[in-house]
Amino acid sequence: MKNAIDVNDLRKSFGSTKALDGLDLTVAAGEVHGFLGPNGAGKSTTIRVLLGLLRADGGRVNLLGGDPWRDAASLHRRLAYVPGDVNLWPNLSGGEVIDLLGRLRGGIDQRRRDELVERFDLDPKKKGRTYSKGNRQKVAIVAALASDVELLIMDEPTSGLDPLMEATFQQTVQEVREQGRTVLLSSHILAEVEALCDRVSIIRNGRTVETGTLADLRHLTRTSISAELAGHPNGLTSLEHVHDLKVDGNKVRFDVETDSLDEALRMLTSIGVRNLTSQPPTLEELFLRHYTETEIGSAS
Amino acid sequence: MTATLERPGSAHTRQQAGHLVGTRHLVRLALRRDRIVLPVWIVVIGMLASAGAGSYEAIYPTQAERDALTASMGSNPSLTLLYGPAFDLSTAGGFTAWRFGAFLALFTALACIFTVTRHTRQEEDTGRHELLASAVVGRYAALTAGVLVAGLGALATGVLITVSLAGVGMPVAGSVALGAGTALTGFAFTGVAAIAAQISEYSRGANGIAAAVLGATFLLRAVGDAAADASWLSWLSPFGWATQVRAFADERWWVLGLLVLAALVTGLVGYLLLPRRDVGMGLIQAKPGPARAAHGLRSPFALAWRLHRGALLGWIIGFAVFGALFGSLAAGVGDVIGDSAEAQEMFARLGGSQSMVDAFLASMAGIMAMIASLYVVQATVRMRSEETALRVEPLLATSVSRLSWAASHLVFPLLGSAALLAVAGFATGLLHGLRVDDLGGQLPAVLGAAMAQLPAVWVVAGAATALFGLLPKLATAAWAVAAVFLLISMFGPIANAGQLVLDLSPFQHIPKLPSAEFTATPLVWLSALALVLLGIGLAGFRRRDIG
Repeated sequence: MKNAIDVNDLRKSFGSTKALDGLDLTVAAGEVHGFLGPNGAGKSTTIRVLLGLLRADGGRVNLLGGDPWRDAASLHRRLAYVPGDVNLWPNLSGGEVIDLLGRLRGGIDQRRRDELVERFDLDPKKKGRTYSKGNRQKVAIVAALASDVELLIMDEPTSGLDPLMEATFQQTVQEVREQGRTVLLSSHILAEVEALCDRVSIIRNGRTVETGTLADLRHLTRTSISAELAGHPNGLTSLEHVHDLKVDGNKVRFDVETDSLDEALRMLTSIGVRNLTSQPPTLEELFLRHYTETEIGSAS
Repeated sequence: MTATLERPGSAHTRQQAGHLVGTRHLVRLALRRDRIVLPVWIVVIGMLASAGAGSYEAIYPTQAERDALTASMGSNPSLTLLYGPAFDLSTAGGFTAWRFGAFLALFTALACIFTVTRHTRQEEDTGRHELLASAVVGRYAALTAGVLVAGLGALATGVLITVSLAGVGMPVAGSVALGAGTALTGFAFTGVAAIAAQISEYSRGANGIAAAVLGATFLLRAVGDAAADASWLSWLSPFGWATQVRAFADERWWVLGLLVLAALVTGLVGYLLLPRRDVGMGLIQAKPGPARAAHGLRSPFALAWRLHRGALLGWIIGFAVFGALFGSLAAGVGDVIGDSAEAQEMFARLGGSQSMVDAFLASMAGIMAMIASLYVVQATVRMRSEETALRVEPLLATSVSRLSWAASHLVFPLLGSAALLAVAGFATGLLHGLRVDDLGGQLPAVLGAAMAQLPAVWVVAGAATALFGLLPKLATAAWAVAAVFLLISMFGPIANAGQLVLDLSPFQHIPKLPSAEFTATPLVWLSALALVLLGIGLAGFRRRDIG
């Protein structure tokens, strides 16, 4: 089995709203795959289709070699899910929920469970709403991580965690990766995706707009340069892939696409560089650009 | 000097008003959310009495028949247990007030409880209230809005009762008294619900507390009215006061004052309790639970048991108490009714037998079954509330299949209702059997009569499951289905409803044991119908989207 998840041209509508409109997603076995997109892009819908909770209107979905709609219960023995919104039963303690979910998945590693409860600093005796949102999420995270499964599907698992717990979460996902398990991690938190993910799929309006390794995606991004030059920066405007150029005497700021970086730097050094800072492309920029530009593109 | 004295005063007033800021918007929001359910309960409860009043003339056209009615039913403890004391059965108004008064108050009280909880505790329970509370909304605004909307509903119901009764020619004073008694009982339970909403952290708990108060006070009235030496008990109950207003029988207006007082006191306590707790929390806070799950908590059924057991236990206790009460009073029916032909015929219409005691036992079995069908709806609709609370997804993302999850929950409406009927039938049969000194004969007969109702109860479970599976957004309409069946069976015969209407209720088709002949045919086809509905619902649930 090469791919843990194979989604092809997935379509799903709710009434007249198209939630998924030809989405593709491939997650190789053993990788940590980032699943990025703005609110309402269709991340949770995709995950619910993968879990067999929603029925696809069209397209092909393959999960761990099976059909998630038809073989839901048997496939679910091999995966664990952390929902974006965790709601616990009012009269069950967190510890009971962890054990119950683990048992229903087909088994829970008690030692690992206790260790995770400790590491996430979770009080397993509390009930239902006495947990904060973050703590409810920890219950679901511990239950998922303590289960002996090959695939973890997590829908914005850290949206309620504080930075300390976020770090713990990243550590535990690293451990999961080292164990050779597969993770599909939907997220808004780009630093998390940068730190954890081997590959990333970006979706928008129910379609995959980009997929690849972080290195693959960086070609889409620009480097921000600000420099103080020996002379007046003539000629920069004539460069093709330079954006947002601002000239203030001998000082200059601009963004340049990675492909033209070399050319732009050569031009700067030909004038003479006194001071130069460059910002590497962050996923934030990649993200923002993607959406703002597609937005402009679709608006025109 | 004057100015400095006034300033803190006016600031204080402003602050007071500030606690209520936003109430108007919340009332409008509540009215928007209840735009269907609110008018429905107002109209149904409001028109019920006049439907009954209209047919009085048809059923008892002559004075002689009315005298017979008074002689037979007026002093029958088993009937006063259910409907309250009869003050004047010689007029259509007096009959209506007796036959409908307690139940109009009961239904209105229930509607007010659900309305208050829905707009107060449930909003906090779901977390929606936090969103509103962060806006310019005063501390008391949500409670005030809930109370106002419930009060408005009760008031409209009372007005409709008054207008519709006066409209069919009833005396105005009595119409006003019945309407006012109903509305004010609604107000009193609006206050009870306002307290309950502060106590429990969860809407289910708040409804449970208020409904328990309602059940207990209805029981107080029932016992007080049925037992001659304990009539003071009904003076402890708002339902007792509602009947003691004596609409159409030389009204005692001052009794309405007790209801007003109860509404004011309960409402005030609710408002006083509100600031003593945090938003989202209750006065009773969840105790910590075990750090690990017990060995047995490893199946969807084990979870369903944890979720259902509290409610089921409460219902079982209620059914045991009511069953014992009916059983201990059943033997009194035959004594009093004597041989008044009209009364017998009237009662036979309800029970289907000339034997008064058996007819009484039969109609009690029917009433128990209809109340059990409310449990059935509550337990079945639980599946939908688990779904909308997003607690189903994490379960269905494990190796639990949809069918096994649904089946674990359906055990409760299907077998829980059987347990309720068995408990009620056993308690009734036991006490009745002991009283008439025929335990060996009566216990199995009465128990059998109760259990024979089960297929009709299952039809309600089937209908609720079908709604859940096929039209999940309308799953709570199962309450309406049960309410329609209940109204048809309880008041249809009195309101001279056509046979076609009566036939709609599955409870009408159950043989009226122990008096009537046992026939298996309706039980078989009702069970089959229930099975088909269940199958349709489960098939729909397997194929539809979750969420």
